[in-house]
Amino acid sequence: MSDTLQQPELATDPSQTIQKVSIIISRGSLEGIYPGLIMANGARMEGIDANLFFTFFGLDAINRAKHEHVKVATVGNPGLHLATWAGGFPGVAAMVTHRFAGEMEKLDIPPIPEFIELIADSGAGMYACKASVDMFHLSKDDFIPQVQDIITVGEFYGLAGGGQIIFT
Amino acid sequence: MTTTTPLGSPIELDPEGFFLRPEQWDETMAEPIARENGIGALTERHWQVINFMRHSYLTTGSAPSIRTLGKASGVPVKELYQLFPKGPAKLAAKIAGIPKPRGCI
Repeated sequence: MSDTLQQPELATDPSQTIQKVSIIISRGSLEGIYPGLIMANGARMEGIDANLFFTFFGLDAINRAKHEHVKVATVGNPGLHLATWAGGFPGVAAMVTHRFAGEMEKLDIPPIPEFIELIADSGAGMYACKASVDMFHLSKDDFIPQVQDIITVGEFYGLAGGGQIIFT
Repeated sequence: MTTTTPLGSPIELDPEGFFLRPEQWDETMAEPIARENGIGALTERHWQVINFMRHSYLTTGSAPSIRTLGKASGVPVKELYQLFPKGPAKLAAKIAGIPKPRGCI
């Protein structure tokens, strides 16, 4: 949901506006995946072309068996202000994740599977990193149907041509 | 920024062309705003989205997110982007004469 506030100064000259972004999602925790998804969705909402490239544990976001079970990292996450021993307790990650999910729902931010579908429907490209796919012994069948292809780093740079790259 | 319609009534717009006062909008303004923003003739489906945006804003005080737009307007997300390629929430808001949506989703 949104309201109206004082507008920041905006670039109007087309040579100074962003036309295309390619966003890399490299982490598999909830807080590692969401920022890239929000950036990609936000780009499409502004009419900016967007590609998403999932690499390493970021692949969990598009893994059909795992993307509903992504958790907040509760161990070794100083931002949570939770003792490491407490974060490792059984059920803590699930509980913290559940609370985050509730807060995000209030802001109309969808759960990861729905968000990925929304972003794909908005016309963003979705790609899996070949090196990571090979390393985890995965194949295209392990991914949700919105994933267009498994591509190499070189192919990613080809797709990203003419735009900005954002690593998350 | 204040501008004047061909009929002479003043309207207040922000620097990007969004209405600051929705009550200054009427349906005859929709087509010219759409054309200025690269959308050809407005179809019934465009109007369904425009009316939904305006109704949501006038009843809740804020524009719907793209998620809500896709779920509740009757027009799915894929089609929203076909109708408004440069951003459905933003363009529909502009054409519907409501302030620019400020949500991140």
